[in-house]
Amino acid sequence: MTARRFWVYIEQEQGEAHPVSWELIGVARTLAAQVQDEAAEAGDEVIVEGVLLGSDVRGIAEEAIKYGADNVYLMDDPVLEHYRNCPYYQSIAALAQKHKPEVFLIGATTLGRDLAGAVATSLRTGLTADCTQLEMGEAKGATKKLLLATRPAWGGNIMATIVCRRHQPQMSSVRPRVFPAPPYQADAKGTIVEEEIGTTEEGARCSILEFIQGKEDTVDIEYSDVIVTGGRGIGGPEGFTLIESLAEAMGGVVGSSRPCVDAGWIDYSHQVGQSGKTVRPRVYIAAGVSGALQHKVGMQNSDFIIAINTDPNAPIFEVADVGIVGDLFEVIPAMIAEINTRKEARA
Amino acid sequence: MFHALVAVKQVPDTTNIRIDPETGNLVREGVPAIMNPYDAHALAAAVEWKHKLNGRITVLSMGPPSFTATIREAIEMGADRGILVSSRKLAGADTLATSYVLAEVIKAVHAEDPIDLVFFGKQAIDGDTAQVGPGVAVRMDLPIVTYAVNIRAVDLDDDTVVIERKTERWTEVVEVPLPALLTCEKEIADIPYAPLPDLIASLKYEPEVWTEAGPVEFDTGQIGVRGSPTVVFKMGTPPLPEAGEKVNAREVGAQAALDLTFAKAEEAGVLSEMLGGTA
Repeated sequence: MTARRFWVYIEQEQGEAHPVSWELIGVARTLAAQVQDEAAEAGDEVIVEGVLLGSDVRGIAEEAIKYGADNVYLMDDPVLEHYRNCPYYQSIAALAQKHKPEVFLIGATTLGRDLAGAVATSLRTGLTADCTQLEMGEAKGATKKLLLATRPAWGGNIMATIVCRRHQPQMSSVRPRVFPAPPYQADAKGTIVEEEIGTTEEGARCSILEFIQGKEDTVDIEYSDVIVTGGRGIGGPEGFTLIESLAEAMGGVVGSSRPCVDAGWIDYSHQVGQSGKTVRPRVYIAAGVSGALQHKVGMQNSDFIIAINTDPNAPIFEVADVGIVGDLFEVIPAMIAEINTRKEARA
Repeated sequence: MFHALVAVKQVPDTTNIRIDPETGNLVREGVPAIMNPYDAHALAAAVEWKHKLNGRITVLSMGPPSFTATIREAIEMGADRGILVSSRKLAGADTLATSYVLAEVIKAVHAEDPIDLVFFGKQAIDGDTAQVGPGVAVRMDLPIVTYAVNIRAVDLDDDTVVIERKTERWTEVVEVPLPALLTCEKEIADIPYAPLPDLIASLKYEPEVWTEAGPVEFDTGQIGVRGSPTVVFKMGTPPLPEAGEKVNAREVGAQAALDLTFAKAEEAGVLSEMLGGTA
């Protein structure tokens, strides 16, 4: 009997887990289920395992089990207190060589992207970036199911499905919010396996001198319930004042399409789309956004989408639940007034 | 003397990409080819430090002969030497095979003329993978700093560099030993206007073209399609979600449009979110 291991990197900084870790455990569980029959027939075991590095982070390993990991490999050492490329990738690569996972998923965050490319190269295996669909499926010539990793290519104009036939682990990075988080199950049971780290402080070859917290760093559009996004149609940087008023009335945050960021109207941290953030809020309002594919791939999983645009043929209307053809400078003030009226009526 | 190597890629300007609605294929005609913008900013940063430290810059690219134009552009911006690795045998490389070739070439350049800093853009706008820079760093066993936004100091006596890198959470100031590899954000430096002598030099410049025949000997199992663990399984167009209801506010008035919006929001169960969670 062999074990088919589906690995998820549990990302944490300062003792706080990144929610993408749970989203990926959910994906790994789905993938594991897709090979269950095939594995049972061969007498193989299928397990979902988390990989967690840090200093004093055992609590996060326990949390990972509640989100669905069967096991968590824990490397807990002061050298790993802050994320640094060398000690992290070297430790993880050594762990992968020891346990031979079949699939390895890593969040496509700034940290995860820094890590994933280094781990994959060190293991001389394939890595597919920014996947939006993952499936274990039949591939011609393969004796067992392979990871079919689908990602948007060419600015979202094409979906390309990539396989890694002869190398393991089959690695993918996945952005936060592409997949929903699985439920937290307080009574879930699993095992925490402590592992030695594969490096020392001297091997880190990097000292962090300082952390600077900027005001833009606090913008968290990925996990906001309401996002109001301004596009080129807002006319200029001052157009964001109106966008912000609506966001404020709804208790949401401000998003931006790429042209506004490129033009310097707003900081990159607000950018939604393939070259920015992927979001899936409860309510997404796109005002003056034409709806280029690269924007749509970043927001089309939102629960409820309202588009406001003067051009009735704007592609953004293709993904909107409600499309308002009209001038955003008239519609938005009316919308703010309507929200305030309804709020008062409720109070 | 300071020596920087900058890896640059030529990319189609993805903001201008169109898909043929009949065939679903990419329309390549008329799509301008540009230097990957992140690479251009990385090069601009290298040029700044070249001037500060009286150094020199080698640019490196891998691709078809048409990439010569991008190397000339790099010379125009201030690079001194350009190498294009070009061979049909290298075609079809994924990020693992690409990082192998680039690392082998950089090692060869380094052996003759030691490199202090290797610059990459944070990612290429056509592939968006951000995997080749880290891959080259691992293969060359160099410390890597990704998402660099500012180079604070380069100390050639102590062989260290201090860099600010921007993550999703904060900006980190890190010190790493030289030689090191950076992947750069656009903030790292503004793109300079080329001085006239550089412009003239670039027009006459002929990049060195390296092939599988030399001067570096590649392991044929690690290049091109053979050296690429990932392959395209299938291509498709993205599924179109079902379009909702459209209302013309200029015909029915803003109020009617909003009434519909709120009715739909209620149907979808998001009315409370529309009202700032006051439900």
